[in-house]
Amino acid sequence: MAEEVVLLDFWASMFGMRVRIALAEKGIKYEYREEDLRNKSDLLLQMNPVHKKIPVLIHNGKPICESLIIVQYIDEVWNDKSPLLPSDPYKRAQARFWADFIDKKVYDTGRKLWTTKGEENETAKKELVEIFKTLEEELGEKPYFGGETFGFMDVAFVTFYSWFYAFETFGEFSMEAEHPKIIAWAKRCMQKESVAKTLPDRQKVYEFALDLRKRNLGE
Amino acid sequence: MAEELSLLGMWASPFSCRVKIALKLKVVQYKYVEEDLFNKSPLLLKYNPIDKKVPVLVHNGNPLLESLVILEYIDETWQGYPIFPKDPYERAVARFWAKFIDDKLLPAIRRACWGEEKGREKAVEEATELLQLLEMELKEKRFFGGETIGLVDIVADTLSLWLTSFEEGSGVELMTREKFPKLSKWSHEFASTSAVKENLPPKDELTVFLKSLFGKPAK
Repeated sequence: MAEEVVLLDFWASMFGMRVRIALAEKGIKYEYREEDLRNKSDLLLQMNPVHKKIPVLIHNGKPICESLIIVQYIDEVWNDKSPLLPSDPYKRAQARFWADFIDKKVYDTGRKLWTTKGEENETAKKELVEIFKTLEEELGEKPYFGGETFGFMDVAFVTFYSWFYAFETFGEFSMEAEHPKIIAWAKRCMQKESVAKTLPDRQKVYEFALDLRKRNLGE
Repeated sequence: MAEELSLLGMWASPFSCRVKIALKLKVVQYKYVEEDLFNKSPLLLKYNPIDKKVPVLVHNGNPLLESLVILEYIDETWQGYPIFPKDPYERAVARFWAKFIDDKLLPAIRRACWGEEKGREKAVEEATELLQLLEMELKEKRFFGGETIGLVDIVADTLSLWLTSFEEGSGVELMTREKFPKLSKWSHEFASTSAVKENLPPKDELTVFLKSLFGKPAK
């Protein structure tokens, strides 16, 4: 039976990028459909009626939503190559915990950089520094968060690399100067074809974020 | 090698309760350590320096954090009762609803019951809409897991005893039998399952505790 894989996504979404990397790692052929987030398609609304968000993976007509859930699904179904989650249950739990940490902390705090002003903005900047410090501690001396090989947590976090330039510019700090280990790790990940081909140009992302800030703060 | 398993929890926490239910279903022996959340033990601070929260499962000296991560670890480590579905697609669906409950539904319920008077009506509307989605997901099944309780039922534990206590303590009615016949029936069936029943905290004490924790009643 021919496999039908469709991805509803948005080019700048760090969540959608995770799915693209996972699909590339597994060598899965799929149809990519770009969504206009201000004019969502009927298909998106039908496939994700609860959240109406991308990414949505549609596998043989059945939708899977939420990027980390999609990546785990891909890992479980296409389990013949490039395992993303480790085989040991404790290591798997650690990978899941940190991926969830990234979702809750990096994204939520990061976006405050372009959706808030004044004191709230200042607080967000400080919090983000702490979050990146925690992540650097977790990375330690390992080549990847997953250990010797690129894995689930790396997929969860590396997509934010394309947004670092936007974070740095809005937050007025340098990732390379303050969090060198994270930059070294990200560059290592970028040597993988699946990552390099997926992550968009950081300048384009920055311009998109600038536009978001204008719309959010009315500047 | 003797297994060493402890659970750091708190009697009134639905998140700790989830872990107790799962361990009971797997028929696994463990040591329970009650934490005073206003005076956290050195053990808790050592095992969860990140957010210092319960539950924490410690297995052979290795700490596991976040109830959803812990539930998955328990299911992968101990055979016997299946908590997660076997099929990858069903598993993705279960993970989706578990995340929906934690990320969207519970915060909305908290806002509806204990939020500011000013936004109360809107918060109740939002919580009601979200509960409707869950009511529809239950369909004609006895439990979210089918004939027996599964991941989503365990994660929805807050909707049984805790929601009743929230409603009594705050005076806000959310999950009425008229509006939510399926969920109301589910709540009763869920609370009557032996693995659940023996792990639920006493209702009256819980109501008093929640009231003191979250604040003034609605009326």
